[in-house]
Amino acid sequence: MADRHSRSADVNTGGPGVTSSHARPVGATASTGVLDGRSGGDAPVPPDFRHNGGALGGGGSLPRRKGFGAENAFRGLTLAAGTMVLVIIVAITVFLIARAVPALQANEANFLTTKEWYATQTPPQFGIAALVWGTVVTAVIALLVAVPIALGIALCLSHYAHKRIATILGFLIDLLAAVPSVVYGLWGVMVFINPVKDFSVWLNKYFSWLPFFSGEAPYGRSLLLGGLVLAIMVLPIVTSLSREVFMQTPTANEEAALALGATKWEMIRTAVIPYGRPGVIASVMLGLGRALGETIALAMTLGFLNVISLDVISNGGNSIAANIANGFGEANEIGRGALIASGLVLFTITLIVNMIARAIIYRRREFTESAA
Amino acid sequence: MSTTTLPAPGQSPTLHTKRLPAVAFLGIAVVALGVSAAICYGAGIGGWVLTLVLGLILYMVGVYFAVRAVEGARSARNRTWSALIHSAFVLAVLPLASVTWTLISKGMERFDGDFFNASMNNIGARDPNGGAYHAIIGTLEQVGIAAAITIPLGVLGAIYIVEYGRGRFTFLIRFFVDVMTGIPSIVAGLFVLAFWVLIVSPWFNDGAPAFSGFAAALALSVLMLPTIVRSTEEMLRLVPAPLREGSYALGVPKWKTILKIVIPTALPGIVTGIMLSIARAAGETAPVLLVAGGSAAINFNPFTGQQGSLSLFVFQQAGDASRFAPARAWTGALTLVALVLILTIAAKLLARRNRIPR
Amino acid sequence: MAKRVEATGVTAYYGSFKAIDNINLSVEPKTVTALIGPSGCGKSTFLRSINRMHEVLPGARVEGKLTIDSENIYDKDVDVTAVRRMIGMVFQRPNPFPTMSIFDNVVAGLKLNGVRRKSVLEDAAEKALRSANLWDEVKDRLGKPGAGLSGGQQQRLCIARTIAVEPQVVLMDEPCSALDPISTLAIEDLMFKLKDRYTIIIVTHNMQQAARVSDRTAFFSIERTGDPGRLIEYDSTQKIFSNPGQKKTEDYITGRFG
Repeated sequence: MADRHSRSADVNTGGPGVTSSHARPVGATASTGVLDGRSGGDAPVPPDFRHNGGALGGGGSLPRRKGFGAENAFRGLTLAAGTMVLVIIVAITVFLIARAVPALQANEANFLTTKEWYATQTPPQFGIAALVWGTVVTAVIALLVAVPIALGIALCLSHYAHKRIATILGFLIDLLAAVPSVVYGLWGVMVFINPVKDFSVWLNKYFSWLPFFSGEAPYGRSLLLGGLVLAIMVLPIVTSLSREVFMQTPTANEEAALALGATKWEMIRTAVIPYGRPGVIASVMLGLGRALGETIALAMTLGFLNVISLDVISNGGNSIAANIANGFGEANEIGRGALIASGLVLFTITLIVNMIARAIIYRRREFTESAA
Repeated sequence: MSTTTLPAPGQSPTLHTKRLPAVAFLGIAVVALGVSAAICYGAGIGGWVLTLVLGLILYMVGVYFAVRAVEGARSARNRTWSALIHSAFVLAVLPLASVTWTLISKGMERFDGDFFNASMNNIGARDPNGGAYHAIIGTLEQVGIAAAITIPLGVLGAIYIVEYGRGRFTFLIRFFVDVMTGIPSIVAGLFVLAFWVLIVSPWFNDGAPAFSGFAAALALSVLMLPTIVRSTEEMLRLVPAPLREGSYALGVPKWKTILKIVIPTALPGIVTGIMLSIARAAGETAPVLLVAGGSAAINFNPFTGQQGSLSLFVFQQAGDASRFAPARAWTGALTLVALVLILTIAAKLLARRNRIPR
Repeated sequence: MAKRVEATGVTAYYGSFKAIDNINLSVEPKTVTALIGPSGCGKSTFLRSINRMHEVLPGARVEGKLTIDSENIYDKDVDVTAVRRMIGMVFQRPNPFPTMSIFDNVVAGLKLNGVRRKSVLEDAAEKALRSANLWDEVKDRLGKPGAGLSGGQQQRLCIARTIAVEPQVVLMDEPCSALDPISTLAIEDLMFKLKDRYTIIIVTHNMQQAARVSDRTAFFSIERTGDPGRLIEYDSTQKIFSNPGQKKTEDYITGRFG
């Protein structure tokens, strides 16, 4: 995705840049517009005509700029729409904070280190430690499982499979990315839970010496189930985006590698993967964002015990988003505020993840952009 | 590392290599499976699943060393990676096929007229019937309102970014559009809860917070906006610059050029992006859960009274204790997937037919 | 270092379309051979079939025999990667790896071959860049992206990358068609220099270029669109340009056709 974008940005560097200098210098109130308009409008006029003061050979003077016109109105409209995005981001932050503060003031426990969530009690005591733990653990399991497989499929579809089969399968993967999370949650809690139970028993039998698999039965509605369901949900997203960037590798670069005597895998390693890396990072980060913020699938598959333990197979586990979805029904005024406070934490985490991802992509782009 | 190094100067390298015959790979596969079965069943540590997994690992190790011995290290790496990549593919197909299969087989059970004509009003735990009519109405209305809000906003915002914006401010907008794409849906729900339901709506509702379908639509708008801006932006950038310049050269003002030339050229792509974002919004559960309330009865009015939605219906039925609830949940899921996929497929076909040549 | 290339009955297809038909041609070591002809006459296809790059495209295949010092590269048990290592290729548009530095671009082929020693790589890179007449221009910025160079420099970088693996034969597919006249001149100079060590086969649209750089010239042509390309005449460059044996060649050279 990012790479498609970086290319289209290339196309565009010709776009607005050129168009702005061709644009008729219709009056603009915004300072940048005035500057651009002037440089675009005045520069080409030969000095001979300057002293004419607008009266050109034709006799009539050129129409003056209007102070306000359709151009400005339209421009203002688009500006307002564009600014909406910033307004919404700010509004989300402001309103969440406004609602969270009263609940946090009423909280009798430490919000960051407390594991329990008793927000509707008097006095309310709640903290997000266990929730953050569950959120991070499920997301980590999801990415550990999904990313290698997704990259494998993406390469398979872009460079190994027969072209027609790859097109059809790629289309199917795109469709799977569109399947709503509630469907995956339903499947997880009704179908997938059984093999995961068996798997947990097996893991506990042979690997109980690892802290992850030391938990006692009952198994099933665990962080492992949640994480695996997330993995299946994240898989199509990561696959679809990475496949797209892998396919965009310039043929010239692939041929260059092959002409140096590279095997297929070596060609992929020298030409395809480096070219697609920013896109792959972006897709993984987007997958991470999705996994961290996923609500319904986890609300349906986790066992709701607010504990922090390395064990991933026993019933239990909770995540910020799942806790909001499940706890919202019986929440009172303070309870809602408390959930909003936890949502604010989630918002911050995902915001940071996304901003890091974007920063990486933007920086990488400068390097590859000079290529084209 | 270097079984095939560069030829020493003067020495003539040969182009011919030995190749491992195809039969050898079959042999390795059989041996790997056999050894794996012997280990798993012999030591009693697992069943057929483990046998297959272990067999696959053994196969790859076997291939690596066999090819390495005959064809060299580079070829061995090449073939092992190829095997790995293909097996990743097979591994992923299994759960995804299971999702599809259960969805269809279990979903067909209640895929009847009753399901699409009845609501869940007055349906008790012992009633096998009941349907999702109310939920389907909720989904359609909420998504429709959300689309009506977001499409103009998103398209205009994208026009600003591509056609007018430059400098830091535009960069800021673009950056936050990207960031906003990653906002969890539950956060969008909480935002509308905090802003609309708890603060604004009491003014119209005698001081009590009003949960409504419109609130859900607002939350969905927050989720749809960045995707629409993003996809529209990309489509606008694909419009060739000479097209714009041709119009400017005729003295057509910029705003008219955008509306008459640029937008029509990019329209199919823009529509595709919009349809995909609608499909995504239709599947969202969390925001609806928070701000629409979720009613079991039919409510056509999105502005007053609680409303359900199809995805929320699935969630509620999945958590319901009634033994008839799972069947309803599956049929609801099947309906939801059908709705979303029809939109998605239509969007993709549209995109395929009207691709702008680069 | 240089080797003789001999094509016997080489026929190449794209799917069911026959692109070149029955090409017979022998290229002497340490010479520059130019392939000329109108667009679509199959000269690039023939060039790409010399190092088995033709078959990279889906559905493309080659029939016939193509020997490098009497070893047929289309034999069944031939290692394609070894063929391509022996017969390097420079493409129409400069195609340095966009994510790699200048240095990494030059040594990319060596690294593929398992060379890891820093000192070896550095020596090889300097040698290749010097051979490509690029060393003086880039020696201070070897760590910078190769894509930051000018078009002509990029093309010489690609030549350096190709000769860094010490091939026997260098194929060039219209290497100057995307370059300005000064860069073109630099590449032509380079070809003279490389001729001492490599067999060079170049496809070009530019007849002056063919006349300037090549020892021998092969003229390809097609009857009409849809027909396979054929080798019409192959002789010393001087003869082809001063006194061609075929009417078609003369028409093409004098600009009456194509």
